[in-house]
Amino acid sequence: MIAATAAPLTFSAYSLIALLFQFLNSFGFIVLATVGLAIIFGMMGVINLAHGEFILIGVYGTALPFHAGVPLPVAMIGGVVAATVFGVLVERTIVNRFYDRLLDSMVATWGLALVVSQLLLIVFGSSLDSISAPMGSVAYGPFSSSIYRSVFLPLVAVAVLVGLYALFTRTEFGIKARATIEDPETARAMGIDTDRMYTVTFAIGSALAGLTGALYAPALGSITPNRGSTFLVEAFVAVVVGGPSVIVGTLSAAGVLSVFNATGSFLFGTFIGQMLLLLVAIVALRALPNGISGYLDDWQQRRRAEE
Amino acid sequence: MSGSLDGGSTSLLGRVRDRLEGPNTIGDSPAFWVGFAVAVAALAVYPFTTDPYTIIQSSRYLALSFLALSLCFIWGYAGVLSFGQVAFFGIAAYAFGIIGINLSSTVGVGVAIVGAVLAGTLSAALLGYFMFYGGVRETYVTIMTLVVALVLNTFMAQTAGSEWAVGAAQLGGFNGMTDIPSLTLGVGETALVLEGVGLYYALLVALVASYLGLRVLVNGQFGMTMVAVREDEARTTTFGYDVPFVKLVVFTIGGALAAVGGVFYASWGNYIDPSVFGIAFAALPVVWVSVGGRESLLGAIGATLAIERMRTGLSSGIGPIGSEWALVIVGGLLLGVILFLPAGVVPRLADLTDELREKRSERSQSTAATEEPTE
Repeated sequence: MIAATAAPLTFSAYSLIALLFQFLNSFGFIVLATVGLAIIFGMMGVINLAHGEFILIGVYGTALPFHAGVPLPVAMIGGVVAATVFGVLVERTIVNRFYDRLLDSMVATWGLALVVSQLLLIVFGSSLDSISAPMGSVAYGPFSSSIYRSVFLPLVAVAVLVGLYALFTRTEFGIKARATIEDPETARAMGIDTDRMYTVTFAIGSALAGLTGALYAPALGSITPNRGSTFLVEAFVAVVVGGPSVIVGTLSAAGVLSVFNATGSFLFGTFIGQMLLLLVAIVALRALPNGISGYLDDWQQRRRAEE
Repeated sequence: MSGSLDGGSTSLLGRVRDRLEGPNTIGDSPAFWVGFAVAVAALAVYPFTTDPYTIIQSSRYLALSFLALSLCFIWGYAGVLSFGQVAFFGIAAYAFGIIGINLSSTVGVGVAIVGAVLAGTLSAALLGYFMFYGGVRETYVTIMTLVVALVLNTFMAQTAGSEWAVGAAQLGGFNGMTDIPSLTLGVGETALVLEGVGLYYALLVALVASYLGLRVLVNGQFGMTMVAVREDEARTTTFGYDVPFVKLVVFTIGGALAAVGGVFYASWGNYIDPSVFGIAFAALPVVWVSVGGRESLLGAIGATLAIERMRTGLSSGIGPIGSEWALVIVGGLLLGVILFLPAGVVPRLADLTDELREKRSERSQSTAATEEPTE
């Protein structure tokens, strides 16, 4: 995070750099918190209300081995694996019954969220020791920013989006998955195992949630069983603002929201930044009910119709 | 549909029953109404059979039942799933506290009741306008409402400093607002303060009145429109109904019911804190209504009373199971019901009794057939 010692309203080159780092920090967080939820929502139409708890499993899956002496990068793999395995189990036992009952799927995953966060509390107690962020920080003028949060994580976020783009447009799996989403009946007729596509898509979403948890385990401060909702709110807002398209939606929503969040946080404190983000989301929803990517789709279709 | 279908009920009782009954509520038989009267009577004599502490606890369950009714009404009858009904409950609770503390008199409490219910209702109307006229679709509505509740949670939790006060009322941040007045009836010296058993009866009367009122509403013209919107929005629009307006009205009524519950809740404990906006509390109405049956107003109330009674029981722990397991059990219950009894307990029971009745009438028909053999 950014520690501002000078009065932030006096603009200088330093404060512009600080604002940029704040933006990157917020952008990375929103993209990573959202992407797992966006995949599952965009590809399957299911809103996973236990998304925050999936991320939390990634956090715990990283923190527990780390505290047992495993090096951090290896521990992070543990977090991703834990969330992925959990995701596959949940898809097979619960979510696959609700593909045609979306509201019920939200209620069911919410029940799951309550159970998971409470079980984490019962088993591991009210908090785990925090892990200090690696890579140190860079100081410039009166400010300093964490390299891990403001440089490394935003880069990972962009890499994840690029990777997903390649996965869904350049591989056979991606084409089959998109065919399943577009028209399940025809996809089945063409010999695609649609059940398996759904499971794999859900597993990818869970793995990304686990990755987010693993990456943020050293950036959270204290690790408590209710941290899931920190991620959930940002992710919800970004999915709603972004709309159904996974990559365009996540990228545009994270961009727009972090501009407001970073500016608000930088000038008036994190609380105002948070409020500003939510207000922007409400206004965006009123103006673009299908999200930014839904609006872009409509606009494209209109242009094509005119030609 | 206020007109009677059989045309034969001219007595006052018959006319009242006509308005209360219809295809949208479960329980139209005389046996149901006898059972209902017995249940209300049992709740009415309950205070004479138990200790004051239990009555105070029971008052809490009754106050929360308004929250269940409000969600049942909008979700079960209009298909609008809100995860944030607690927002209007909490807004009304805080508004009651703020107005009540500032106007510390018996008249002030009356003003606070009206002001708080208005505050909750208007917030619901405002949010509803934003969502339904903005074309926000079903799952998005659910997310929006939850986000609004969580925003209020974040906001109220940071109002700890002394600068966060409205007149004499300190918002109190995470620790909540204290010294909220109790409900009073009447003016000045003769005013009756509703506490303990008095509050219990006030709640019981208000709850029974709300339940019967909602039954009239959902079985009437407007209720039919609500159900049409739930079943098929596009078709309802084609028939010339203004769907966003219907949803807005439904959502506003739901907000008003939640607000009434919030006023009772704040005056019950003389206290309110930001956890009413939190995710754990926001989950409870969804649990009650899913378990009881989203299309059964009575089921929602029954499930609220039963689940809250169970949570009180668990709060002291049962054997090796400590209080921390309460939330696991509640979450598991929600998951189990939605997986195995998607309609909820009461509609399933109603189906079972219908099946039983059909079987019995079939059997009597078949015995009648054997007694009178055809040639």
